[in-house]
Amino acid sequence: MNIRQQWVALYTIVYKEIHRFTRIWVQTLLPPAITMSLYFVIFGTLIGSRIGEMGGYSYMEFVVPGLIMMSVITNSYSNVVSSFYSAKFQRSIEEILVSPTPNYIILLGYVLGGMARGLIVGCIVTLMSLFFTKLQISHLGIMVGIVLLTSMLFSLLGFINAVFANSFDDISIVPTFILTPLTYLGGVFYSISLLPDFWQGVSMLNPILYVVNVFRYSVLGVSDIDVAYAFVGVAVFIVILASLSLYLLETGKRLRA
Amino acid sequence: MSDALVINQLEKSYANGFKALKGISLKVEQGDFFALLGPNGAGKSTTIGVICSLVKKTSGQVSVFGHDIDVDFSKAKQELGVVPQEFNFSQFETPWHIVLNQAGYYGMERGLAKTRAEKYLKQLGLWDKKDTAARTLSGGMKRRLMIVRALIHHPRLLILDEPTAGVDIELRRSMWSFLREINEAGTTIILTTHYLEEAESLCRNIAIINDGEIVENTSIKALLKQLSKEHFILDVRDTLSAPPKLNGYKVELLEEHCIEVEVEKGQSLNAIFTELNNQGIEIVSMRNKANRLEELFVSLVSKSSTSESGAAV
Repeated sequence: MNIRQQWVALYTIVYKEIHRFTRIWVQTLLPPAITMSLYFVIFGTLIGSRIGEMGGYSYMEFVVPGLIMMSVITNSYSNVVSSFYSAKFQRSIEEILVSPTPNYIILLGYVLGGMARGLIVGCIVTLMSLFFTKLQISHLGIMVGIVLLTSMLFSLLGFINAVFANSFDDISIVPTFILTPLTYLGGVFYSISLLPDFWQGVSMLNPILYVVNVFRYSVLGVSDIDVAYAFVGVAVFIVILASLSLYLLETGKRLRA
Repeated sequence: MSDALVINQLEKSYANGFKALKGISLKVEQGDFFALLGPNGAGKSTTIGVICSLVKKTSGQVSVFGHDIDVDFSKAKQELGVVPQEFNFSQFETPWHIVLNQAGYYGMERGLAKTRAEKYLKQLGLWDKKDTAARTLSGGMKRRLMIVRALIHHPRLLILDEPTAGVDIELRRSMWSFLREINEAGTTIILTTHYLEEAESLCRNIAIINDGEIVENTSIKALLKQLSKEHFILDVRDTLSAPPKLNGYKVELLEEHCIEVEVEKGQSLNAIFTELNNQGIEIVSMRNKANRLEELFVSLVSKSSTSESGAAV
């Protein structure tokens, strides 16, 4: 395939992915808006007003960046895992596998689809948050960079989960038992400076802590961790996961007989 | 001019040790209408899977219009269109999107894809269903949708894995004439089917695969010449109580107005008519007892299975 044909193939996959999640917007775009509004009301307004300051900001100001990031993470992940697995389940993935579309285009297409959903939901949640608090932007470049990299990272994770999944149960195991606990313990609702030293050290092993803190830094200008260190860490993880995903596609594991 | 498909010593073994293909070799010429027949589990779908990259081969070479799939699978895939045995499209998408997406995976510009999609969807009677979810289509429509999808990038080699399974006779006949049309226009077609009448009617050359091995690879004409005898059913006007005596022919009375005659290779049908006429028996109609190819198929497959089990002993 020449470059033009590869571009058409990539556009087709991305268009298909965006068309899929916008067609079922009641299942994909509406729920995070409602859930996050409840978080803003309950944690931000009702409970937050009694908590007082966190890291030098009101609790609502502190919690909003974490909740936006949480939406980006879960939606990027779940878009790719559900779309790719259901293509595998219905065998419609064979449509792409028999075509000359190169594996890296297939991967990139699904990842961009996941990123698109993560970013759209992130924007929706951000708009919802404006009803509850003022949102300032301290570092726009860092904000855009970390949101893009985070959505890419979790889209890749969703892709790998989908390749290994053998049933619809398998695609909910990782979000339920790994992703959600890590997100809740990743400094979305609290600053890790509140934790004893030992648990601070344990928290540093949680990759979600880094992306949440970098995003909070881009909004508020404060972070529990080193921003540059977090960027490098996320980039390294992306390279590792992208290599693993391409390896899975090249070898056809769980995809070809 | 390179062949449309060349398979050389193709083997496929699975992790559990099962050998699905035991070194098959096959050649399909450009423009051919080729039948790949075999019983269930013989290796037909595995062979097709290897050609279109859904199954990884263990060893051997496959080339499509001179493009070795190990060297340039991308070019080989451009030449290929595949209609699989089972429905493999998203049930939630519409035929229009399914076909346009497939065109996109082959790098086709949207404008051209839309023109071709409209042409083929109309030709195969799916145009008025183009915007309905694929899951609501009937079985026959789903099969036709897979044909449209396979043709959208104008492949030079079209592989159809049991395309008319579960399709009613009228629709099957219309699919046959459509396939004949595109074959005459230059597309090479490989067809697997369980309807041997279909292979006899459509195809020029044939390979029979059994237990992962090619047991016959020849033209349909040459294969039919191997028939040593045929059985004809004759409906007669008169009421018969016993089979009429026909010199040199084995005759059986099926019903009081129906007889079966076994005709050996080289024997004449005229003699039957003459003798029955002399006996005052009027023939109303005559037909083959079974599909001729079916008889050959059964005999070839059972012969190969017998020699296999003999070798194993």
